[in-house]
Amino acid sequence: MIVANGKPLEEIIEVVKDHRKILVAGCNECVTVCEVGGSKEVGILASALRLHFLNQGIDAQVGETTLQRQCDREYVVGAREEVEPHDIVVSIACGVGCQFMAEEYDTMPVVPGVNTSFMGGALERGIWSERCQGCGACVLATTAGICPVSRCAKRVLNGPCGGSTKGKCEISKDLDCAWQLIVDRLKSLGRLEDYETLAPIKDWTTDRAGGPRTRVKEEVAS
Amino acid sequence: MSVNTPSKLEKMLKAGHQAVTSECGPPRGSAAEEIKEKAELIKDHVDAINITDNQTSVTRLCSLASCIHLKLAGLEPILQMVTRDRNRIAMQSDILGAASFDINNILCLSGDHQSFGDCSEGQNVHDLDSMQLIQTVRHMRDEGKFLGGDDIKRPPDMFVGAAANPFADPYEIRVPRLAKKVAAGVEFIQTQCIFNLDKFEQWLGEARDRGLLEQVYILAGLTPLKSAGMAKYMKNRVPGMDVPDEVVERIAGVPKEKQAEEGVKMCIESVQRLKDVEGVHGFHVMAIEWEEKVPEIVEGAGLYPRPKLD
Repeated sequence: MIVANGKPLEEIIEVVKDHRKILVAGCNECVTVCEVGGSKEVGILASALRLHFLNQGIDAQVGETTLQRQCDREYVVGAREEVEPHDIVVSIACGVGCQFMAEEYDTMPVVPGVNTSFMGGALERGIWSERCQGCGACVLATTAGICPVSRCAKRVLNGPCGGSTKGKCEISKDLDCAWQLIVDRLKSLGRLEDYETLAPIKDWTTDRAGGPRTRVKEEVAS
Repeated sequence: MSVNTPSKLEKMLKAGHQAVTSECGPPRGSAAEEIKEKAELIKDHVDAINITDNQTSVTRLCSLASCIHLKLAGLEPILQMVTRDRNRIAMQSDILGAASFDINNILCLSGDHQSFGDCSEGQNVHDLDSMQLIQTVRHMRDEGKFLGGDDIKRPPDMFVGAAANPFADPYEIRVPRLAKKVAAGVEFIQTQCIFNLDKFEQWLGEARDRGLLEQVYILAGLTPLKSAGMAKYMKNRVPGMDVPDEVVERIAGVPKEKQAEEGVKMCIESVQRLKDVEGVHGFHVMAIEWEEKVPEIVEGAGLYPRPKLD
């Protein structure tokens, strides 16, 4: 899923303080699962904003809505009746959802209420960890299923670097060294000899290096 | 080991001499005199001088310009190049820049993470990793071509080196990792600072068993300890460093004012022990901000005067 972090309330207030009809818009997908942008968090943020305006003696309305998917035009268009009576939307979907809202409502300011961080999963309740950077050319088959692009601080494809210490990365004792994990898993798979295969110089054209990406599935695209 | 570049370091090694290299860190400013003065202190006692590339991710005068200053002063620089700060265009371009001044040695590294330095909010690049940089220099030199396939007019003629850390984890791939660098085309290795000599010799023995010692020149990396405090810092704080308790105890066991002297003595003893070990082709003395001690160490270890090449 896409994992995000809530922005500090003060930062959101700074952006919406001159508006009087604010809509907080959540999303039922990834940000609901990572507990930052679902209907529950919409309610919490809307209440905090109402309290702020009340304390300032300002008469402002703060509406709430949660779309099924903000990254899907069908749902974004379907929210028109809720969106249009407002003068700003605070989207607490990911950066994709926030932009899809902005693209659809071209006279409506749409601002983010979260910082979109990474693609990852939950290790346990309340702890999410990065697993993918979308490089567009997956190397997991040769790295024992552990991604050096997203999990090594230097994304070295022929690791580990000299900074790997007791299984941890040189930048933090709390961060696993991806190459220690790769070596350990190669051992478990009985494939440690695969370690010595040199990973070739990577073609990054499928990564962000190649420019913004579009995927077309010919059979279904009209 | 059939390289044949104009590198003085390569010639020294090929002639069967124990090579001696050392390193200088460029200044945090544009005063070239500083790097030249450091190099002057050691030039008669070493065969080549590494110039670090923004070590510990702290922004400094660039390695390439510093190497040019040394080259123009008649010295033999080793251009350190980290993959952290430049993509493959910039690295190939800098390699040609170095080659245009007939800089004939390069050390390919990944570099410390930028979070350690003065620009911790910056991006890192790592378009290539250190193994792929080795392959790149070899490709440019041996094929005379850019990575993109076009011909290079007057290709670089460089002796290609890399670092090896016999002490970093996971230990079971330390020798396979050396094998991988050899397969990538590395020709000389400068190791991480060796304080645990037993473990270093064990690593060399395993490299010998795999036939690697005939394929690469290994220079043992040594650092004189200035104080017990430095020993403890390196033991506990520097990633990938193995400083055994007895080393810390020995330097801590002498009075503070004698610790620097003891550190130099320990360094000389390490050279003397390793000089005759199979696979050790020389020494890389890293006297961190203590370059003036290099001559004393080289002389004390019996590696001075340096052999003259024809």
